[in-house]
Amino acid sequence: MNIHTAKGQKITLTIGGTSRSIDTAPGRRLSEVLREDLNLKSVKIGCDAGDCGACTVLIDGRQECACLVPAVQADGRTVETLETAEQELRAQLQQAFLAKGAAQCGICTPGLMMAAMELLRDTPTPDESQVEDALAGVLCRCTGYRKIIAAVMAATTPAQMQDMPQAGAAVGRAIPRLDGARKVDGTEIFGADYAPEGALLVRAVRSPHYHAGFSFGDTERWAAAIPGVACVITAADIRGENRYGVIPPLADQPALAEDFARYRGEAVALVVGTPEAVEPLDLSSFPVTWSPLPHTLTEAEGMAVNAPQLHGDRPENTLIRGRVACGAPDAALAEAAHVVTGHFETSYVEHAYIEPEAGAAWLEGDTLVIQACTQAPVMDLEDTARVLGLPHDRLRIIPAAAGGGFGSKLDVTLQPLLGLAVLKTGKPCRMVFSRTESMQASTKRHPGTMEARIGADAEGRITAMTFHGDFNTGAYASWGPTVATRVPVHASGPYLTPNYRATSRAVHTHGPTSGAFRGFGVPQAAITQEMLYDELAQACGMDRLAFRLRNALRDGDKSPCGQVMQSVGLVECLEALQPHWESAQRAVAAFNAASDTRKRGIGIASCWYGCGNTGLPNPSTIRIGITAEGRLKLHQGATDIGQGSNTVITQIAADAIGIAIGAIDIIGPDTALTPDCGKTSASRQTFITGRAAEAAGRSLRAAILRQTNLAEAEQITLRDGRLTVTQGGQTREIGLSDMVPDAHGYVIAAEETYDPPTTGLDADGQGTPYALYGYGAQMAEVEVDMALGTTKVRHIVAAHDVGRVINPLLAEGQIEGGIAQGLGLALMEEYLPGQTENLHNYLIPTIGDMPPVTSILIEKPDPEGPMGAKGLGEHVLIPTAPAILNAIRDASGAKITKVPALPHRVLAAIKASRQ
Amino acid sequence: MTDTAHYHRPDTLEAALARLAQGDCRIAAGCTDLFPTTQHKALGGSVLDITAIGALRGIIRAGAGLRIGAATTWSDLIRADLPPACDGLKLAAREVGAKQIQNRGTIAGNLCNASPAADGVPPLLTLDAVVEVASARSTRSIALTEFITGPRQTALGPDEMVTAVLIPEAALAGQGHFLKLGARQYLVISIAMTAARIVLQDGVVVQAALAVGSCGPVATRLPEVEAALIGKPLDPAAITDSAVTAALRPMDDMRATAGYRSTGAAELLRRTLAALQLEEPA
Repeated sequence: MNIHTAKGQKITLTIGGTSRSIDTAPGRRLSEVLREDLNLKSVKIGCDAGDCGACTVLIDGRQECACLVPAVQADGRTVETLETAEQELRAQLQQAFLAKGAAQCGICTPGLMMAAMELLRDTPTPDESQVEDALAGVLCRCTGYRKIIAAVMAATTPAQMQDMPQAGAAVGRAIPRLDGARKVDGTEIFGADYAPEGALLVRAVRSPHYHAGFSFGDTERWAAAIPGVACVITAADIRGENRYGVIPPLADQPALAEDFARYRGEAVALVVGTPEAVEPLDLSSFPVTWSPLPHTLTEAEGMAVNAPQLHGDRPENTLIRGRVACGAPDAALAEAAHVVTGHFETSYVEHAYIEPEAGAAWLEGDTLVIQACTQAPVMDLEDTARVLGLPHDRLRIIPAAAGGGFGSKLDVTLQPLLGLAVLKTGKPCRMVFSRTESMQASTKRHPGTMEARIGADAEGRITAMTFHGDFNTGAYASWGPTVATRVPVHASGPYLTPNYRATSRAVHTHGPTSGAFRGFGVPQAAITQEMLYDELAQACGMDRLAFRLRNALRDGDKSPCGQVMQSVGLVECLEALQPHWESAQRAVAAFNAASDTRKRGIGIASCWYGCGNTGLPNPSTIRIGITAEGRLKLHQGATDIGQGSNTVITQIAADAIGIAIGAIDIIGPDTALTPDCGKTSASRQTFITGRAAEAAGRSLRAAILRQTNLAEAEQITLRDGRLTVTQGGQTREIGLSDMVPDAHGYVIAAEETYDPPTTGLDADGQGTPYALYGYGAQMAEVEVDMALGTTKVRHIVAAHDVGRVINPLLAEGQIEGGIAQGLGLALMEEYLPGQTENLHNYLIPTIGDMPPVTSILIEKPDPEGPMGAKGLGEHVLIPTAPAILNAIRDASGAKITKVPALPHRVLAAIKASRQ
Repeated sequence: MTDTAHYHRPDTLEAALARLAQGDCRIAAGCTDLFPTTQHKALGGSVLDITAIGALRGIIRAGAGLRIGAATTWSDLIRADLPPACDGLKLAAREVGAKQIQNRGTIAGNLCNASPAADGVPPLLTLDAVVEVASARSTRSIALTEFITGPRQTALGPDEMVTAVLIPEAALAGQGHFLKLGARQYLVISIAMTAARIVLQDGVVVQAALAVGSCGPVATRLPEVEAALIGKPLDPAAITDSAVTAALRPMDDMRATAGYRSTGAAELLRRTLAALQLEEPA
């Protein structure tokens, strides 16, 4: 019998054909051994519970979650990770993943590839269901899985990789993502993947209560009693202003709570020390005394007369109200031929990126450097500097690769905490949220309780709409004001609505803070409006698609904000769906005639979405420079969280300069190296940073032409310190090495800023909230089990007006990924504080839940967009849920009034429809 | 992982039982339920890892029936050559998490974890499974119906461990099936699940075993519903909502309402029977 103490047992693993001996605790997770002891960082940690599969490795050829394997159980066995797996199959998979666009953020990619490897060894050309079965244990939140399935099916019969486009021909080409190689070979550095040698570990002590007063005991003595603990940090240690928030005038969130915790999971103290000492600590022994207080968790509770108030300066728990009004909606509704009224509720939705928040921080001289996952490095810098009391020039934010963001990584989480720890200890520190911490402490999609009335005339033309939504904004402001503002602007949907009043209210509760989540409240409002449109079409005796076509916004129409719309591609999107709609109607009717238990149905919904901040400035600045060595550097400050801005911005810049895309090196993002490109949010990067890149590219081209005294150029090439420009048989060569570099080290350079022309909105929401909008429409076909209430989405057809397609491969990736999140919103996602703080109780779609998607890219160029392009990232999610819900009603009669449409809710609605 | 923590991985059952007799420790096999209970990077406390005991892994069919060793994984079971009576158990195995979990998780661990939603329990109930339990003192057999005593509760004594799950030969007759109902396709904790094993003779049902899981504190057989099937041609419609509802004690939770579970379980049971490809014994 072998008895081992918890520390110090030698185990031997065969990795990459080599025998590796490690001294480790036998009960330590194999994932930790692989990452920390063997530096095999392709093994990602998403949940430490076997729910996400990001740590999937092969043990003796079979896929397992390394987080569930006690190290000693791997002793003597062969372990394969992405870095160490057999070359040939790995290379085939990597090429297929790149070519098909199967990796977006890349955090789940290594696990998926390992699962695929097990399959492909036995089954080199698998069918779709074999791929689904084999990869089902790995969750992906970005891609919607369809491109992953395609990549695995094609892996062993790869197509020829396309050549990179010639100069001037990058825009419009399906170029594999330029940062793709490191995503498919496991070398991408996410927040948890780098820490300086000797970094201390930071852990947070969090409130177990939704609302509680608290006081500390003798934290110094507690810390001193534990060898390896360097210090405890509380709000008393904060030298700056202990509040942050994405909207500075409303910044209200303490980095560490003072006296009161306002939500479950709020950090009140930090424990810093060696990883060996701090990681195993049971923080329930931390000297803090809690005094639980009454709490609210829903918008209705928060609005109640006697509800406990969260912030003294915000009466009735009201953070903000929003309003857009035009015409005379009440009178128009009274006169309307048909009026429908509806009430709708949505739930908290968790972003559920596979990468929990993580990062590291250290001092370089007297500059604090923070490398963590983020969507908004400059905002991180401003918020963190305020909390730490540091001048901006003593703080540098280096965004680690973000393993998904979707809005939640716009807010700082661990950045100020890491900063506090480094400043107090003087040592490098790292912090990695557990899945539960991530779910408790990150923002959510706002739950909404919405009511609307919509009227139409006898010809089926919308005459008026009124809307009110109460949104649960949780404990702190975060992006609540943005939701409260965006919703009234967008609640009409992309339809001509001459008389309109939409109001909103953001209500504080002791639930998780609601923030930004792909669409900023518009998906919730769209459910309400688009479901009512189906009822109104029926009341008017019109086909549901024809009804939407009749009311679709067209060029020259006024939005409810009074903005005259231009380049509206909605009609084109709806018309593109028409043939699919007709054929699906026939197919569904034929199926239903022969089936009682299962019924199919189709639904349709549209979207519009204004790109960029609502009526507020949000500039981006791009710098491009040529070095004396003849390299072209693009300072690209837009964080690529998987959506593809590294590729798209480079494509735009390349064509604006007129140079081959392969000549461009991307720098950044990094607040020390890149000008501010704003946040990756509001579907603004392709548009706003794209415009800045286009302008900077054109300026650089002009500067090059000035050097050559040519009016135009057919070809610009850079090689070995020489710039060559040809035009009309003339060739000019410029030696760059002799030129004097500027302050940034460039011999020729350009820097341009673009800020979209918008205006603030008046008290009735009148003005120009956005300079540019994108449009789309989706059709869903579903099958509903009439006895069990389960819904299977069979197919989605998605037509999106992107103005100009910069990269069709990435655009399709956005569409499919957005649809997956919309499907989750519609059918399964419901974050319940205290109950669903993990990825087995909180359900996101798996590979088996995503239907085939037919993407149709419509190009109606907008003169405001770069080369005509519009934003797409959030648009794609908006129509999915209402299209699915409308399809459920078409199939079953079930009128869903609360999402997610879980089976029991659908079945109850089916029964209600029969009464 | 404290300094006093110990991790034991004996290679004989005797050594394991001796360690158990010394007092409190947690038994580990696939760790698919154990690791998710901690946010830490190592299992804490005293752990008795039984995966090095070769004799505990594997499936043997002997005269008395089927013996599924305590360290046998779901994947082992899927790959095993088993009679059609075990088809429901195999279907359940394929729905435990996904491949990663099936490659680690054990059938016995599923029983010991005693989740009301344990996928293995309903099919094993229809197979009249018996849990073989050993301690340094003795070995005893406990019917599965007696083994799981409540949510997360079993009849296992502090010095005992499961050594095998036994299926008597008599219960290996007929044909089994299993259905699981959840809100997504894979990796789902069930809202309800149903298992059935039916033996036909001369066109009529001579044995019927039905079980429902996730619809009460523990999964349960439905003896009255079973009795109503005996002696008649198999007719799924003979299973009524009211009879199934009367046999269950479901609750409301985040996954479904109690009322939905009852009617859903009845429907699922009818479909489970309808899906059986019944052949009369030769």
